[in-house]
Amino acid sequence: MSKSNKYNFGIVVFPGSNCDHDCYHAIKHVFGQDCEFLWHHETDVDRFDCIVLPGGFSYGDYLRTGSIASLSPIMKSVEKFAQAGNPVLGICNGFQVLVEVGLLPGALIKNSSLKFVCKWVSVRVESTNNIFTENLKVGDTLDIPIAHGEGNYFCTSEELKELNDNSQVVFRYCTENGELSPESNPNGSIENIAGITNKAGNVLGMMPHPERCAEEIILGTQGRLIFESIISWLNLNKKEKGRA
Amino acid sequence: MPNLQTALEHGLTEGEYNKIVDALGREPNFTELGILAAMWSEHCSYKSSRVHLKRLPTKGKAVIQGPGENAGIVDIGEGLCAVFKMESHNHPSFIEPYQGAATGVGGILRDIFTMGARPIAILDSLRFGNPQLPKTKFLVDGIVDGIAGYGNCIGIPTVGGEVYFDDCYNGNPLVNAFALGITKTDEIFKGYATGVGNPVIYVGSKTGRDGIHGAVMASETFTKEAEEKRPAVQVGDPFTEKLLLEACLELFKTGIVVGIQDMGAAGLTSSSTEMAERAGTGLMIEIDKVPRREVEMTPYEVMLSESQERMLMVVEKGKEKIAQDIFKKWDLDFSVIGEVTDSGKLVITDNGEPSAEIPINLISEEAPLYNRPIDRPDYMDDLNNLDMSSLSIPNDFNNTLLTLLSSPTLASKKWIYEQYDYMVRTNTLTMPGSDAAVVRIKGTKKAVAMTVNCNSKYCYLDPYIGAAIAVAESARNLACSGAKPLAITDCLNFGSPENPGVMWQFEQAINGMSEACLKLNTPVVSGNVSFYNETEGTAIYPTPTVGMVGLIENTDTHLTQWFKDEGDLIVLLGETKEELGGSEYLKQIHNKVEGKPPVLDLDQELKLINVLLKASERGIINSAHDISEGGVAVAISECCFTPKGPIGVEVKVPQLIRKDAVLFSETQGRALVSLNDQNLNKLKELTESLDLPMETIGRVSGTRLLIEDLIDIPVAKAYNTWAQGFENILKSYA
Repeated sequence: MSKSNKYNFGIVVFPGSNCDHDCYHAIKHVFGQDCEFLWHHETDVDRFDCIVLPGGFSYGDYLRTGSIASLSPIMKSVEKFAQAGNPVLGICNGFQVLVEVGLLPGALIKNSSLKFVCKWVSVRVESTNNIFTENLKVGDTLDIPIAHGEGNYFCTSEELKELNDNSQVVFRYCTENGELSPESNPNGSIENIAGITNKAGNVLGMMPHPERCAEEIILGTQGRLIFESIISWLNLNKKEKGRA
Repeated sequence: MPNLQTALEHGLTEGEYNKIVDALGREPNFTELGILAAMWSEHCSYKSSRVHLKRLPTKGKAVIQGPGENAGIVDIGEGLCAVFKMESHNHPSFIEPYQGAATGVGGILRDIFTMGARPIAILDSLRFGNPQLPKTKFLVDGIVDGIAGYGNCIGIPTVGGEVYFDDCYNGNPLVNAFALGITKTDEIFKGYATGVGNPVIYVGSKTGRDGIHGAVMASETFTKEAEEKRPAVQVGDPFTEKLLLEACLELFKTGIVVGIQDMGAAGLTSSSTEMAERAGTGLMIEIDKVPRREVEMTPYEVMLSESQERMLMVVEKGKEKIAQDIFKKWDLDFSVIGEVTDSGKLVITDNGEPSAEIPINLISEEAPLYNRPIDRPDYMDDLNNLDMSSLSIPNDFNNTLLTLLSSPTLASKKWIYEQYDYMVRTNTLTMPGSDAAVVRIKGTKKAVAMTVNCNSKYCYLDPYIGAAIAVAESARNLACSGAKPLAITDCLNFGSPENPGVMWQFEQAINGMSEACLKLNTPVVSGNVSFYNETEGTAIYPTPTVGMVGLIENTDTHLTQWFKDEGDLIVLLGETKEELGGSEYLKQIHNKVEGKPPVLDLDQELKLINVLLKASERGIINSAHDISEGGVAVAISECCFTPKGPIGVEVKVPQLIRKDAVLFSETQGRALVSLNDQNLNKLKELTESLDLPMETIGRVSGTRLLIEDLIDIPVAKAYNTWAQGFENILKSYA
């Protein structure tokens, strides 16, 4: 990636977001990009090259996870931003918001264990037909943390077929050796799904936290590959597309 | 009008009631009585413990704020300081485990951010009864779920803690929650209501009828009717607390805050009177201005409600709007409910009508102070008299070790910590389960290390030594992580202070803790006392839990307990003596809690700490683990059980004493370190210069857990036994 290009990342802050600072730290201090917090009342997102919906408990998850945040004023602008082909990354609660707002299909329901689970898992890259795994290969595995109570991905069989047919499933939970098994599925997700994109491949929702494994000191670095893929994509596409 | 009977029902004694009448020159009205009863409760007034707490050392070079504020503060350099405290939430957690534990976490977090610090870590010390009892499973599930529910939602990692099981906690589980935050030394806020005429402001959640009398409940022993007290337990709302946290931190940056305090036990009553007391002022409160979530609440109910997620603050007069805008942004209630006066009184009005008028000093300074009778219990002599010759020595130590590794106290606590988000904020440098939790401070090379400890069996057998060991083991844990111990916070959990035997335990524990804190240069900067941990007349073991904080100047030097590299040498620092009294081995294998706890030699501890700190700074060791419950055999096993799976060892330990003591003795002042061959001489020089015994006992090697002549098990088998032990116990109820 070219060092001269700096991109502007916007991190949406809903009441109850709590991984906003972690994403900011990774993007700003680990990758040296520009980064701003965006209060959920804001509506102007045109100055950004990528929008991140961080993890947390927006509105306490007191209703369905992500459902109240999906009604925040900023989400209309994020939808437009996404429809224009710009990168939108939803992590954990951010994934739940993307599903609620309809940018991604399906739903995230309670973990099959009925308990919150925080641990390191392995995920296998299933598709590179998108912005976020551009620097990866299909079949690569990543060690990456999860931390959620409602990360059990569910969708109809039609939606599932469409996701598979269009290579929209980006990550599946797997063993360390890259095998898919019920034991390697930490939350009961259908077909071990850990992350999906929209059809266009510019909106990714994932339950694992790439910002939690972007530095050696916090015991893992493979989350970097996802952020670096976004930056590579911006390097290639920014000039042609211009800002949204 | 209330009378003596009403006072007695509020937990006051006849003498205390008469004192109130004398001081006021009249009978108190119902609201006044409620306020005084809450503030004079053991929980709020420390009336039985104050005379003893004075003996604790509270000063030191690093101490910025000692006991008496919402939390203690120590200097960590570069203009930064660590703000921390531990607090008990035992009584509510027994009555309603989820909410009791959740609000314990919420309360301790408010204590931290009240002082201007963003909380960055939570630890919990949990104690449950016999794991075979269905009630224990109910409590474990509920309490763990409550801690997870609150901590995960607010987004502050639960990075460590300890969990013990013992019959003595059957009717009184202990939930001691520790939190730590970081702020700049010139951006500390305190609970002072200064500046006559300044507005007193209420922010946060609305006030409801929840938790009325919580402080009084926490000052009584339990009977079978305990569950009827459920309405006295508060309900937590971590989402609102997250908003309150962010709003307060945003407000602090404006520089308009004069003083601030969270509403904890005894709610508006304690926050208002304590703020006025510290500042030497008075307060006028218009109780009708307090935001409410229920209708027709009386001034009594509003003053005594323990609804959560509320703060009381004083800001500069004329700057109310600045504060109001911030709280509006965060969708929180904001109401100017009174002002600071110079009357020296708490004056409450309700729609203009006088409702209460009490001198502040009657609530605080003139609160009762008791020097309760102290008597060493007669049973101590028998208890301390353990006949070692009557103890059979097991002939299969493999089984003995496996039994210990699968026992509830020693087995892996993964089932618990995987329910906690221990990584959020991306500062956690160690996986849970190591000697201490290590959390970096972004923007610096520094990290803080934290640990919570108490071996209450030791405290039962000798409260003086037991409490001193809690301090020493904490310091050892920190040193094993490469952190210099700085200061402690404590949760002193005991039975009824009205029992002279319990007061003897308390006195002894304070003395032991004081000696260890002085010697190890770790003053007490905050804490709390929880008496009345008794049900049906049976008290818990004395449990003076210590939370210690240490500093790592350079994160590159921090260590974990786990062996790193195949072929590394394993060295035992310190010497093993025949000390099985109060050991986990004695309890699990011989079913006895007897004898004398291990001897504590604080000079030896200091040497060990210095060796560990120098060895980590110089980068000559790859891991370090303190030897405690289960002795050297369990410590070696724990070093083998890395977060990435088990690794084997070949070890030979000196066998100069009973073989069971060789393996399971809990002699203090010991640690296991692993290192590369090339660093062995450097370590030898270091231990010789500091006069600490060391012995090379083996290597990290292979796939067996081999302690020559004594133990030989496939390490994977030992690991699985340990990893599954806790879950198997929980499953056995199903």
